[in-house]
Order: sequence, then C-alpha cells, then structure tokens
Amino acid sequence: MNDEQLLRYSRQILLPQIDVTGQEILLNSKVLIVGIGGLGSPVAMYLAACGVGHLVLVDHDTVELSNLQRQIIHTTDSIGTPKVISAQQTLHALNPETQITSYQHKIEDIIGQDFTDIDAIIDCSDNFTTRFSLNTLSQQHKIPLISGAALRFQGQLTSFLPAKSNSPCYHCLYPDMETEQESCSESGVISPLVGVIGSLQAIETIKILLDIGNNLCGKLMLFDGFTMQWRTVALAKDDQCSVCVNK
Amino acid sequence: MTVTVKFFASLREKVGTGSVQLKANTPLTVAQAWSQACNEIPLPSHVLMAVNMEYVEPTTVLHDGDEVAFFPPVTGG
Repeated sequence: MNDEQLLRYSRQILLPQIDVTGQEILLNSKVLIVGIGGLGSPVAMYLAACGVGHLVLVDHDTVELSNLQRQIIHTTDSIGTPKVISAQQTLHALNPETQITSYQHKIEDIIGQDFTDIDAIIDCSDNFTTRFSLNTLSQQHKIPLISGAALRFQGQLTSFLPAKSNSPCYHCLYPDMETEQESCSESGVISPLVGVIGSLQAIETIKILLDIGNNLCGKLMLFDGFTMQWRTVALAKDDQCSVCVNK
Repeated sequence: MTVTVKFFASLREKVGTGSVQLKANTPLTVAQAWSQACNEIPLPSHVLMAVNMEYVEPTTVLHDGDEVAFFPPVTGG
C-alpha cells in the first residue's frame, strides 16, 4: 500500500481485526454484486469506499425517477442511464482506485462467464429467479453468497458458505422456484430499510472476505423497521436439498 | 398444552394480530397451529416457519410452551 492508501483506509486499518494485512486482502478481493438498486447501492458504495479492489456489477435496468427515493447510488441526472453505468460514475467519484466491471444484463444471461475468481457474491436482486441462479453459481464454485432482501418495513439477511459442509443454501430456505413474490412497485418499501439491510450485507462481506468475526451462516436475521424488532432464526441444511446435498 | 403463535411483517396484517395463545388437548403440528390460530385463513404457500427461533417444516410437532413464528418470504431488493 502507498501512503495515500494508508491514509484513505487508516480508520479501519486502526482496527486490530483489519490491520494492514486485512486491508491488503480487501484490496485484492473481487466481489460480484447482482442488482444495483436499493440494496446494491449501499453495498457497492461501502465496498468501494472501504477498498474492496474489484467490483463486478450486474443489472439490466436503467435508472427511473421512482428508484431515486432509495437507490442512493443513482442521481436525478442519471435517469434513463443504465444502472451499472450510473453506479460506476458514483463509485469512481467515491474511490477512483476501485476496479469496476459492469454487465448490463440479467445474471441468467451471463451465467456462463468465468466467475471462478470471484471471492464473494452479494445478492441484492429483487426476484426469485435471479436468487436461485446466484445460489447455483455459489454452489458450483463454492463462493460465499451474502443474501439480503427488503420490502415494506421488513428485511431479511443471511449468508451461505458452500465450502462449509453444514451450510444451508438458498434452496434449503426456499425449496420451490414457483414461490410467489411481491415487488417494491406493488407493495412499497421504506427508503432507509434498504440502507440497513445493504449495510449489513457489506459488513458480512468484509468479515467473510477476511475470515473474521461471526457471520450469519446458518442463521436468518429478520428486521422489522416498523416495530423496531430484530429476530434471528436458526437455519439447518435440508438433507433432502436437490441443490446443495452431496455437492 | 399452550403454544404462542406469532405473525410477522405482512402476515401480521393479513391475520389481523401479531400474536395468539393457543390451548390444545392433543399434539399440534405447526400447520395445525396456523389453522387454529387463523380460523378460515388458509396457510399461504412458502411462508417461513420457526419454532423457538429454529426454522422448521409445517409437519413439525409442537410441545407445551413452544413459540411458533410465521414470516412471509421477501425478495425485494
């Protein structure tokens, strides 16, 4: 690290759990963020700011006026721009050192890309199809998957670590692809909720990259911003799971 | 036996309450606890269920004093 990097990251290098060694790991890490919307905004911004070296952004959408209430990586000027391009501009302004690769695609359309050098996948998507695709990718290459979801006043968060034999996967939690889903455009979402859940996904990612602290593998954390209650439910691997058993 | 049934997020609005105490003379499964607590409202598919903070299946049998919780699936991002 050069002097400028030591200064830029000094407040977290001060933490004994991070130190110079941890910061260098972050700088050499490559993270895939799928969905650059409400959750993807704080995830990408915090990971760029804290020095994760390479971010791969995937989102097929363009910025709309109704996104701006919560998708804080995008600005009024970026309406009509692909979200990955808008995000790239914000991230570059935040930390010009961050290497960014962008795909203006659905993840299902680029799943054949070589993702083997990805250190963590962060699921910030808004639909089950993408979530199941990311689970498959995570399981195939044994890449940690940090999963968040938010709607109305409520959010959910968990991590799947396929390299651990007892880790459940997303399919253990939601076994059926036909699950009905609700969207923000139908049900609404309170703006800072995605900041809460996305920020926690970013913390999970940092710890998992550095292999420090406790993480949410085997635990589903639920947050209700209306009643201000947190609950953590223990998740077990489904021994009948068609995706992760015997992988 | 007595069990506490809790409903979270949109299920709380759907059912109209956050919590119900159930008394039963015979063992109940999680799905039966939903039916008894919610009268005519059918158990929505793909709801997450936890007993004493552990994720379970609808067929899990409850014991006296258990807390069973129902959560809707969330996909928004």
